[in-house]
Amino acid sequence: MCGIVGLFLKQPKLEPELGAMLSQMLDIMCDRGPDSAGFAVYGAGTPGFVKLTLRGPAGTDFTALGTQLGHPVIARGTHGVLSVPEAEEASVRAALARLAPDVRVVGTGARMELYKEVGLPADVASRFKLETMSGTHAIGHTRMATESAVTTDGAHPFSTGPDQCLVHNGSLSNHAGVRRLLAREGLEVKTENDSEVAAAYLTYRMRGGDTLGEALEHSLGDLDGFYTFVVGTESGFGVLRDPIACKPAVMAETDDYVAFASEYRALAGLPGIETARVFEPEPAKVYFWDRAA
Amino acid sequence: MNLSLKPSASAEGETFVDLAHTPLRELNSALHKLAADTNQTLWKIANPAGRHAIAAGLDVPVTIEIDGPVGYYCAGMNKQASVIVHGNAGVGVAENMMSGLIHVKGDASQAAGATAHGGLLVIDGNASARCGISMKGIDIVVKGSIGHMSAFMAQAGTLTVLGDAGEALGDSLYEAKLFVRGSVASLGADCIEKEMREEHRALLASKLEAAGILGEVDISEFRRYGSARTLYHFHVDNVSSY
Repeated sequence: MCGIVGLFLKQPKLEPELGAMLSQMLDIMCDRGPDSAGFAVYGAGTPGFVKLTLRGPAGTDFTALGTQLGHPVIARGTHGVLSVPEAEEASVRAALARLAPDVRVVGTGARMELYKEVGLPADVASRFKLETMSGTHAIGHTRMATESAVTTDGAHPFSTGPDQCLVHNGSLSNHAGVRRLLAREGLEVKTENDSEVAAAYLTYRMRGGDTLGEALEHSLGDLDGFYTFVVGTESGFGVLRDPIACKPAVMAETDDYVAFASEYRALAGLPGIETARVFEPEPAKVYFWDRAA
Repeated sequence: MNLSLKPSASAEGETFVDLAHTPLRELNSALHKLAADTNQTLWKIANPAGRHAIAAGLDVPVTIEIDGPVGYYCAGMNKQASVIVHGNAGVGVAENMMSGLIHVKGDASQAAGATAHGGLLVIDGNASARCGISMKGIDIVVKGSIGHMSAFMAQAGTLTVLGDAGEALGDSLYEAKLFVRGSVASLGADCIEKEMREEHRALLASKLEAAGILGEVDISEFRRYGSARTLYHFHVDNVSSY
């Protein structure tokens, strides 16, 4: 099964509520994926700085780590967000690997922060205080594992490029072949998870100059299997379903937001839902919204 | 049982249930316990919020009006009851219905009316993929359009569509009769267009009348699709179509 939620705000007024809205949607999707959960939030960024989302073993002292690195780390449970000047990213990563080899960088970007963990989605969201987060858009996932083990590494979202992330409901049948193609192109897929391959594929396309919409269009030809994808970039938000529309999807759009969920129940609590345009995204049709446009 | 299922003061026989306060199981359980001669013949359900299996498994001639969108399998397995959804319906609305009426005032998701043996399903909006899959006698009237693979392996009953049909309509069809007013993206294996004779126009008229729209649409605009009956029995020449 698996549950997906996504929220893309068109107006700034709801930005302080983004985390609270997504958290409530994620809670309802616990039924579809009780194994693990994760979410990516596109919050505030500082020009010239890159945010690294770190994940460490339970008990990691991110404050002390920040002091050692010379840059503050904002701790949220097992994760921490380190903000460093772009020019220093490589040296800070090297220092991090030396000082805390068991701490991993799970996401990078000007604005994206990414959190995921094994456990009931409602618990995972509250552990990271998702309800307090603000931002312009966010995507989340509740996982019922099929193709790989229930581990934090196997939880969604997957991020394979700066400010890029993907959540997936379904299973890909040609991920091994695509994985080999990506390896030849120099893209490292870290886990055995099929969804990470899809994320890396989109990164590969966008690295080659595709827009998010174009990358999704190409994935229709190159990715085989069942999928509903929701993807985020620094300014964009995209949705794609396979041509058979195997996995459920429903969307709601108002003047203030575009929202995605695996089931309508997760949209039912959103403000203005009574008058929103509620629709099912069509199979094999690329949907994307971009704030920069 | 929780007494939140209280009759409203407005009309005798009317029962109001707010799903924001009453657990869905209590509602469904109360509906299942109704006697055939119950006086509680009109139920109004508020705040469905997309919950699944609302009013599933009914077997009494009562009317259920649901004020808002419902989730999966709404009114599934229905016998006798009339269920009106003032909103959209999720996957499998009216699946395996035996008799009665289900009227969705909005859109329906995938597999609307799947495997249903009887009754009438009316969808005012669009129905997405696999509408009427494996239908076995139900009449479905969709005022909008239907998605791909609709009426897949449909055995009996009618599917009437005022709008368009998606790809692979009627794939591996048995004896269900399909009437489509708009375009058909493609026909599935063993589904062909058939002549619209007087008996078919009369049949279509009766279904439009049942849905309350006879006279509002021009019957001559519909085309009929049915089974070419070449896949009924195994034949090695058809192996690629099975």
